[in-house]
Amino acid sequence: MVAAEPETPPPTPRHGELVAALGEALGADLVSHAYSATEAWVRVAPAGWLQAGRVAKEHLGLSYLCFISGIDWLQNPGLGGEKAWDPDVEASDPPGDGPGRWKTGVAGGGTRFQVFARLADLTRHVGLTLKVDVGDGPSDPDHPGAAPRVASWVPLFRGADWHEREAWEMYGIEFEGHPGLRHLYLPGEFEGFPLRKDFPLLAREVKPWPGFVNVEGLPGDDDSAEDVEA
Amino acid sequence: MTVTESQKAAYIAGQAADARVRVEIEAEGMTLNLGPQHPATHGTLRIIVRLDGEQVVWADPVPGYMHRGYEKLCEVRDYAQVTTLINRIDWLGSFANEVPFILAAEELMGIEAPPRAQYIRTILFELARIANVCLFLGDMGVQLGAITPVFYAFRDREFVLNLIESATGGRFHPNFDRIGGIKDDLPKGWIDECRVALGRVRGFCDQMEDLLVGNVIFQQRTRGIGVIPRDIALEYGVSGANARASGIDWDLRRDQPSPLAWKHADWKVFTHPDGDSFARYWVRLQEVREATRIVEQLMDGLPAGPIRAKVPARIRVPAGEAWVHTENPLGEMGYYVVSDGSPGGPFRCKIRTPSFSNISIVPWLLRGVFVPDVITILASLYFILGDIDR
Repeated sequence: MVAAEPETPPPTPRHGELVAALGEALGADLVSHAYSATEAWVRVAPAGWLQAGRVAKEHLGLSYLCFISGIDWLQNPGLGGEKAWDPDVEASDPPGDGPGRWKTGVAGGGTRFQVFARLADLTRHVGLTLKVDVGDGPSDPDHPGAAPRVASWVPLFRGADWHEREAWEMYGIEFEGHPGLRHLYLPGEFEGFPLRKDFPLLAREVKPWPGFVNVEGLPGDDDSAEDVEA
Repeated sequence: MTVTESQKAAYIAGQAADARVRVEIEAEGMTLNLGPQHPATHGTLRIIVRLDGEQVVWADPVPGYMHRGYEKLCEVRDYAQVTTLINRIDWLGSFANEVPFILAAEELMGIEAPPRAQYIRTILFELARIANVCLFLGDMGVQLGAITPVFYAFRDREFVLNLIESATGGRFHPNFDRIGGIKDDLPKGWIDECRVALGRVRGFCDQMEDLLVGNVIFQQRTRGIGVIPRDIALEYGVSGANARASGIDWDLRRDQPSPLAWKHADWKVFTHPDGDSFARYWVRLQEVREATRIVEQLMDGLPAGPIRAKVPARIRVPAGEAWVHTENPLGEMGYYVVSDGSPGGPFRCKIRTPSFSNISIVPWLLRGVFVPDVITILASLYFILGDIDR
């Protein structure tokens, strides 16, 4: 288990070797890394994304492409009903854009959108999650409306084609050098990027989350006591 | 040996004639739309193929007809509710979908289920694999014009589904796995019933071996057809039996440290060097046999004890990220769960499904094959539509 906390467990020997070799090849492009008991994360600079994939595939033996996907770190975009039941978030983070309006995950992050991918070595049975900051998208004050973008991995992994098409249609992340960013799941005329946090989920707009009753405090339930049941 | 001028002229004329024919055939080429609803497409997968005579020039699969947006829906549900959704990803082996997600939540919470729960999870996991892959073993025959195997498959799968139903209450969607353990213990007498059903499944495997694997027509239609080389399989992220049929000796049940009980059983991982449709069928056939052996051994060694760990009454998953993947019936299935520590559900849940990657190879694999082989190759890759589209 890794929480985003300062002390991290020591890496497994294989993960330690991999991260060290990747750091040697990438230099300053390897921004940060983190370990858990079974997993390792590496965050690379956007300029080093393609090179990171190439080094991992050709020199470190991580030749199996597990997936490529995106994540939107925008917190509590103030959608009606959606997560509005969480009192902590509502009090501390007013909805809307502003500095510090998104969190970061394991291995950190500096932008709203991140792309993360997992590669594995099927012979030595070791895998690695790579992350890259790809920009703030429409909330970027310097480039409003600019799409988050990063280099495509299609030249390295043929299978990146579909994964990047999915990340593009779900998050609007553009992959430079991709042979054709077409819709994969959604109809061609679909507008918007559904997995972005500020894309409203109509069902939750119309009717607030019915599971509210489960997270509301039970009568006589004290949070600090954290009572357990067998 | 000298070549006379007339021979040279004849050769050149022959080449030119061939080239003309090729141009004509290309001009006469046809774009064929397979699906989305077609008896040979296993659900609503649409494939656009450009044909040159009987040969495929290019193929472009169009998924999305079953896209249900599970990754978005996971973000607005809590952890207990998510299992209801993900049951419907690979609907033939539903229980196997629940396990990696629950393991990811347990990893984030720092909980481990007691040994008996892990054993029962693994038993149900393998039964889901048997129910799922049995259907493939029969269906592959249908794609080649042999109708009998699929009736046998439905007949014997029924016993396995009855077992799953009597243990969990759901034939297809058990929704049985819980954070910290499982919902209920196995019912009385279940283990004896299970042994009988496993015997039937092994009998079914023997029948398939006789009816299909040893059949000349089956071999001619599958051997050397749809060959996936090892490197290409890795680049596309092909996993599971499809990868093992390409000589990749990789099975997460064996190669991944996991709290589940596979490590307590003695079983083998089968690989095949050929990478063709026949190899994929053969590997899956062996895997069903091995699965019955795993279940039997786990039932023999089933430990006593509780089936659920101590879990807070209100589940609150601490902030963090976890990646848990297991060897599902169709291949490597994994959940990348990001929690922000709020009392609701996951902040982000990336679902890595095996069929998505296994089908993304289709544009590469179908190039140059003949139309009847398109159907057998698709059948041998064995995908579930819900597993591609999520």
